[in-house]
Amino acid sequence: MTPVQRLSSALVAIACLTVACGPGAQPSATSGTGPATSAAAKPTTAPAAAPSSAPAAAGSPSAVAKPASSPAAASSPVAAASPSAAPAAAVPSITGPAPNEAKALTGAGSTFAAPLYQKWFSTYAGITGVQINYQGIGSGGGIQGIQNQTLDFGATDAPLSDDQLAAAKGGPIFHIPTALGAIVPTYNIPEVGNAKLKFTGETIAGIYLGTIEKWNDPKLVADNPSLANVDQDIVTVHRSDGSGTTFGFTDYLSSVSPDWQQKVGKGTSVDWPNGLGGSGNPGVAGEVQQNPYSLGYVELIYALQNNLGYGMVKNQAGTFIDPSLDSVTAAAANSSSNVPPDLRFSIVNAPGANSYPISTATWILAYKNMTDQSKALAMARMLWWATHEAQQYNKDLQYATVPDPLTKISETFIKQINVGGTPVFPEP
Amino acid sequence: MVTVLAAAAPVLLAGIVVLLVIDALPAIQRFGFTFFTDSTWNPVSEHFGAAAYIYGTVVTSILALVIATPIGVGCALFLVEYAPMRLRNPVSFLIELLAAIPSIIYGLWGLFILAPVMRGAVEPFFKATIGPLPGIGALFGGPVIGRDLFVAGVILSIMILPTVTAVSREILRAVPTTQREGMLALGATRWETVQKAVLPYARSGIAGAAILGLARALGETMAVTMVVGNSSTKITPSLLTPGYTMASAIANQFTEADKAIYFSAIVAVALVLLVVAIVMNVLARLLVWSVARGPSATAVRAG
Repeated sequence: MTPVQRLSSALVAIACLTVACGPGAQPSATSGTGPATSAAAKPTTAPAAAPSSAPAAAGSPSAVAKPASSPAAASSPVAAASPSAAPAAAVPSITGPAPNEAKALTGAGSTFAAPLYQKWFSTYAGITGVQINYQGIGSGGGIQGIQNQTLDFGATDAPLSDDQLAAAKGGPIFHIPTALGAIVPTYNIPEVGNAKLKFTGETIAGIYLGTIEKWNDPKLVADNPSLANVDQDIVTVHRSDGSGTTFGFTDYLSSVSPDWQQKVGKGTSVDWPNGLGGSGNPGVAGEVQQNPYSLGYVELIYALQNNLGYGMVKNQAGTFIDPSLDSVTAAAANSSSNVPPDLRFSIVNAPGANSYPISTATWILAYKNMTDQSKALAMARMLWWATHEAQQYNKDLQYATVPDPLTKISETFIKQINVGGTPVFPEP
Repeated sequence: MVTVLAAAAPVLLAGIVVLLVIDALPAIQRFGFTFFTDSTWNPVSEHFGAAAYIYGTVVTSILALVIATPIGVGCALFLVEYAPMRLRNPVSFLIELLAAIPSIIYGLWGLFILAPVMRGAVEPFFKATIGPLPGIGALFGGPVIGRDLFVAGVILSIMILPTVTAVSREILRAVPTTQREGMLALGATRWETVQKAVLPYARSGIAGAAILGLARALGETMAVTMVVGNSSTKITPSLLTPGYTMASAIANQFTEADKAIYFSAIVAVALVLLVVAIVMNVLARLLVWSVARGPSATAVRAG
């Protein structure tokens, strides 16, 4: 390319910048690698970029890419170039592949969110071509994996403690909330079937502590007359692996039962006084399904998919609430006042008339300082997609979407993901 | 070259032991001997005691041995002494096929077929007949769930049966025919020959076969994990309580041991398992060799 071509392409680029980004221009948004690549790309794409970038003042890089869209590199330099035109006020959207991003990522952790992530990541592969391999091994495994940097990202329903954050080998970790869900008490009682039983914090704690041993215990019958004739021992099922679902469940029990707090406490793995252990949410659902008169705790979608009966739980306001999308959303809305800035929040036992008490959020854990440019870009784009476009898939799988104020904070985190001090998102 | 390759195996074994010892050291230093006697396993308060796991492993393995040894030795006797010639090879082959089945298949079979049968028929039967008896009745106390040490023991017995049968068969074949001929010449029946000449001669070898089976039962993970209940509760005498074995505890908790002491405690459990398995194997081999080598002082004394 001749110097004249280079000069003319630079002039066109400047023209695009001023036209498209007039109102809220942030010239500093251009990253260090910006000028070189954009200058190199201009001759091939300037005609396409000029007319389309003006109307696309929202600054969507992929929207600019579409007119010139082809799987070939022609479109990608535009995508690379025009985000430098995207001002901080605009929200980029991920609708196509990006150059220089890694084509594969590995993550593991929460089985609580596994059904959702499986849906997300297969959709994401279709959109961007990035294959994300996710394994549901329990939040404990996800936490350990991200600490030891054996995974690109971890998934957990239990936020990291300060000790766990300090033990992370790659530096600071961001908690990006991706969904909210309900942990439901699920049971297999032939006489009751799928009818909704009513539980309170005290009765659940009593069952798991062993003080309530039979289904026709007076405390249970008081709320559930249909249990009066069920003279059977309760078989409790818990998680045998390190689990964020356990963390949320024991967090709830610790906050409603001082006895539980003292004897067992909360954690991803606790010393259960009794019961069987199942591995993962699917394991617990399986054990409940196979053992009559058993009680377990799983994420709502597992109870629905396995056609297991699940019960209502009494909340702080005194109402028995059916676990559902709406009651979880209400719990999140009513807990918004005590969300710490690093988004390590808890929404169990939320106040409010319609809040489901055993609600929990689930997070993706990502390092702030990464070393591999292509992986960092792929991570940042995936996280952006997860917190924006992907939220539309939550509802069908009975997960609540993340409230907007929290998404705004997630956005600031994602934009801080950097390699060597240079943020990777929005793309240079 | 060949020496180097041959030396690789002991070096590897030594390396594994050393690695385990290094990783287990923090837990052993912190908990000392109580690690083996305390049954509280509490990750929240970082208090670890492996007694419940050791108990679960020992109980399931001994139960497996108790069930598998008579059946295995009986099969071996049938194959060596009583079976028609044309049946010997097919039946041996079928028994050895049991050893070829992957253990996860045993786990699935146990989960979906054996456990419901145990819960529905076998365990209530034992509970009703032996449960009310004093003393021994405590073995069958508690509610019948179907995920307990008893079911795990039964599955393990099926898994070690081929080992016990195959080794016993070799041992019984190694008994010299002169011993049998001598008994027959004296007018003994076939059963008396077996009982008084063959079995006493093969006694130490059969013990070796049983211990080899035990060694396999100790380390069996997947099949046991699916039916044992995975519950680290207090040690009770009942076989009908959900329990935990060392191998399944390690498998279930290894990935999520996020604290260093937790990880170290799990490695300490692995070390115990390894040491026990090595000791059992060495003992078994010595016993088996002592018979296979030929007539020995023990045989003369036993005769």
